[in-house]
Amino acid sequence: MSTRGADQSLLRTSGLTKHFGGLPALEGVGFSAERGQVTALIGPNGAGKTTFINCLTGILRPDRGSMVFDGRELSGLPPHRIARLGIARTFQNLRLFSGLSVLDNVLCGLSARAGDSYLEAFLRTPGLRHRERRLWLTALETLDVFGLADRASVPADALSYGEKKRLDLARAFVSSPKLVLLDEPVAGLNPDETDRVGALIRQMCRGGATLVLVEHDMDLVMSVSDQVVVLDGGRRIAAGSPEDVRCNPLVLEAYLGKISATA
Amino acid sequence: MTTASAAAFVRRHRTGLSVIGLSVVLAPAPLVLRSPWQLGVLNLVAVNAVVVLGLNLFIGYAGQISLGHAAFFGLGAYGSGVLTTAWGVPPLLALPVTAAGVALTALVVGVPTLRLSGHYLAMATLGFNIVVHHVFVHWDRVTGGPSGLTGIPSFGVQGVTLHGETRQYYLLWGAAMVALTLSVNFVRSGLGRGLAALAEDEVAAAAMGVDVRRGKIAVFTISAAFASVGGSLFAHYMGTITPDTFGIFTSIDFVIMVVVGGLGSLWGSLVGAAFVTMLPHLLGPFEGYKEILHGLIVVVVLLVLPRGFVAGVVELAKTRLARRGSPATARVVSG
Repeated sequence: MSTRGADQSLLRTSGLTKHFGGLPALEGVGFSAERGQVTALIGPNGAGKTTFINCLTGILRPDRGSMVFDGRELSGLPPHRIARLGIARTFQNLRLFSGLSVLDNVLCGLSARAGDSYLEAFLRTPGLRHRERRLWLTALETLDVFGLADRASVPADALSYGEKKRLDLARAFVSSPKLVLLDEPVAGLNPDETDRVGALIRQMCRGGATLVLVEHDMDLVMSVSDQVVVLDGGRRIAAGSPEDVRCNPLVLEAYLGKISATA
Repeated sequence: MTTASAAAFVRRHRTGLSVIGLSVVLAPAPLVLRSPWQLGVLNLVAVNAVVVLGLNLFIGYAGQISLGHAAFFGLGAYGSGVLTTAWGVPPLLALPVTAAGVALTALVVGVPTLRLSGHYLAMATLGFNIVVHHVFVHWDRVTGGPSGLTGIPSFGVQGVTLHGETRQYYLLWGAAMVALTLSVNFVRSGLGRGLAALAEDEVAAAAMGVDVRRGKIAVFTISAAFASVGGSLFAHYMGTITPDTFGIFTSIDFVIMVVVGGLGSLWGSLVGAAFVTMLPHLLGPFEGYKEILHGLIVVVVLLVLPRGFVAGVVELAKTRLARRGSPATARVVSG
């Protein structure tokens, strides 16, 4: 299982390197995410976690290294192509479409299924009507799961911060993507909202989703993750089960050590 | 049960029904308005509406800016004018051929230009308009130079031409209604949502699978085609065209129409086109101050109703109702 599992990784990067000017943001990072598992990516601020996600999603172009997703190399693909391969993401700083309604935000998450024909769109053909109706139902179902059904017609701007975070999740999960990259989904949330988002993440895992979780909230990371990868200064310094990582002296020094020092 | 299915029918066909409703309101105008001059102004509103609807897709929905759409409007007018007068092509054929040519031009212009955004895009499109205007003025042999083209035929089917303001009225407003239907359909599609998304946040839109670059270029091309159709309609309606009509001030007028009507409000585009087109005619002796007044109106609209007339007035009405207290809302809920 373990030897074959390595070949079956949904996502595998090796030697991923990205420098900004002369500063290394990522330095030869190897990483893998197994199907149906939650792989957490942790590390102190500036460790390169968001840079890693931005490389995976095509927003940044890595200097070196490979990123293989579901048997395909991702380097060089534009962001929308990567999204259409089945990688969805959330954003640390939300990036909702604030002027659009909550429902439209979630429908945007289904862009890949909405059709690409301009002629069809201008004529609003019966085929398009049917498709739109299905997308609409899918979006409403997802809003229901994420507790936003009664907010569907409200502009995204009018939501509370907790609701916005959940909308960001709904927008990523609505398309049932093969892989979801969560960039600090509970940052800035109060304990109740954090529990709620945690429960949603677990629910998505039970549904078979493969997740990469970037998060500072250690309780959440330790409770939902199957694997944990630790970055520091752009390098991978540890990887393993949550228990292994928790006891790893390098990690304690780089990351958990700081927490215990401040606590 | 029947009321429910009727409601569903209305919901499903709300675009079509609204357009039909508007058509019914507009249809008797030639009977009410006695003077052909008044009808002529309404005809120009329809022509401008076609251009403004397309431009609103680009500016209002996709969140881009163009100060050069009078160039596409002019290319449409001159394309139709030259094809019909010099080549003897029938107007009904000249219109789509010209629109296709202009769309192709927009594609070629758009691919490099749409790498820009904001002020830079405004400057680039403005520059394009100046170049095209220069060509209209100086390429005498084809465009007739500063005095323009004359004798452009009206639309006609099998020798029966559409003369007179009344017939033109139905033709031009028919075209405007088609343009309205097409653009309302478009913004309700996934591609339309993609445009609205990229206008808000290109990075997030791309992460949802929206091809941002293709979307921008496509909507620029489409809006140029709308402008070209407007230009063709204008040429065949007026019979005479001169380069002055297609300068940068016309481009700015189009943008004003979009803004006054409301960015992203297609029904507002009709109001914007009507208001700005009629304004100089309503001003009478003050017509000389048109440019100043246009500027003033934009400033006032942006300050008071930043989302344009239609959306702004609806919003004001809602706020008023809400302020009047809960009874209004309660009545809606219980009803």
